[in-house]
Amino acid sequence: MSRLGPIITGGIVGTLAALLVTWGNPGNMGICVACFTRDIAGALGLHHAAVVQYLRPEIAGFILGSFFAALVYKEYLPRTGSSPLIRFFLGFFAMIGALVFLGCPWRAYLRLAGGDWNAIPGTLGLITGIVIGIMFLWNGYSLGRSYEVKKGAGYVMPVIAVVLMVLLIVAPEFGKGGTAGPVFFSEKGPGAMYAPVAIALAVGLLVGWLAQRSRFCTVGAIRDLVMLRDPHLFNGVVAFIIMAFVTNYALGQFNPGFEGQPVAHTDHLWNFMGMVLAGLAFTLAGGCPGRQFIMSGEGDGDSAIFTIGMLVGAGFAHNFSLASSPAGPGAFGPAATVIGIVFCLAVGFLMREKLD
Amino acid sequence: MSEPVIVNAKGLSCPQPIMETQKAVKKTKEGIIEVHVDTVTSRENVARFARKKGWEVSFEDHDDWHKVIMKK
Repeated sequence: MSRLGPIITGGIVGTLAALLVTWGNPGNMGICVACFTRDIAGALGLHHAAVVQYLRPEIAGFILGSFFAALVYKEYLPRTGSSPLIRFFLGFFAMIGALVFLGCPWRAYLRLAGGDWNAIPGTLGLITGIVIGIMFLWNGYSLGRSYEVKKGAGYVMPVIAVVLMVLLIVAPEFGKGGTAGPVFFSEKGPGAMYAPVAIALAVGLLVGWLAQRSRFCTVGAIRDLVMLRDPHLFNGVVAFIIMAFVTNYALGQFNPGFEGQPVAHTDHLWNFMGMVLAGLAFTLAGGCPGRQFIMSGEGDGDSAIFTIGMLVGAGFAHNFSLASSPAGPGAFGPAATVIGIVFCLAVGFLMREKLD
Repeated sequence: MSEPVIVNAKGLSCPQPIMETQKAVKKTKEGIIEVHVDTVTSRENVARFARKKGWEVSFEDHDDWHKVIMKK
C-alpha cells in the first residue's frame, strides 16, 4: 500500500471499532486485542473470571484476513527462530501490563476517542515504555534473526483461528450436565457483550486484510515517529483516533470524564505503569498486539509465540489476581507489573549485539 | 566504481533493518548500498528511509528475499 495505506486503514478501523460498540461490544472496546485475547483465554478455561469469557471472532478474523492477504499478494513467508521463548514471555508480560491498565494500545486510543480520560496516563505510560524500548534499540538490542521454515509451519495460526470459530459456533459441552466446558461463555459482564458473530468476524477479516497490506501498528507508529522522525504509521493512528472520536460523537458514545467509564479504573499510577510495561514489551518484540496477530497470519512463528504468551499471560493475570477491575488494580497487579518491567529491562540489557 | 556495501538485514524484526541501513549510510556517504531483507514490509521500510535520505532506490525481488539497491 502507498503512503495513504495506514491513514485509510486507521480511518476505517477507527470507524468500525466505534460501530462495534453500537453493535454490541463493551464500551470503548470495539476492538481491544489484549482484552479479546483475555476473553478467549477465559472461554478456553485458562482462567475462571466468569465475566470475561468469550471466543472473540475479531481475533480469528485478524489472523485469517492477514493470511488471505499475504497469500494473494505473495507475502506469505513462514519464518521463526528469533528468540521464541523470550518472545513468549514478552507477550506474557505485555498482557499483564495491558490488564493492569485494562486495554492494549488499540483500546488506549479508543478510550481516548470515547472521552475516558483515564487513558491519558495510560497513553503517557505507553509512550514512556516505547521510549525505553527505543533506548535499548539504539544500544544494539536485538532478538536475533528469524529464518525461513517450511510452508506448512505457517498454517498453525490460521488453523487455530478456524478451530476457535468452530468452537464458538458449535459450543460443545463435554462436561457433566453441560456445565464443565470445555468452552465457557460469560452470562454477564463484558464477556457477555458482543456484536453478532457474522459482523464481528467480517470486521476482523477486513481489519486483518487492511492491516496486513498497510502494516498498521499502534506501537510502531510512536516508535518510528520518535526514533526515525517518520510519521508514516503515526498518521494511521491519528486517523484511527479521529474517526473513532467522530463516530463515537455522532452515535452519542462520547462521554468525557474520569469516573464511571466502561471497563476502566481511575488509579492513574497503575494505569501509567501497566502501559509502561506493555509499551516496553511490545517495542522489544517489534510491534503492537494487533501487529503480532497480523504477522502470525503471514507466517511469522515468532509473532505467533508472542500471541500465545499473551493468551497464557491472560490466564495467569486472572488466576493470580493480577488483572485490574473497575474497582482498581488487582491485589498483586502492581507487584506483577514491577516484575514484568524488571524482566523487560533484563531482556533489553542482555540481548544486545556488539555495536560497530 | 567501488564495490557496493552489503547490509544483511534478513530475518530482523522492525525497526532493525532500517537501523542497519542507517549505520551503512553513516559510513557510506556516496556509492551503492545493497540491503538484503526477507519480507516485503522490510523492503518498503528500507526504501522509504533511503528515499527520505536522498538515495535513489531500486529493487531486485527474489523468491524468498529482496535486494534494495540504494545509489547516490
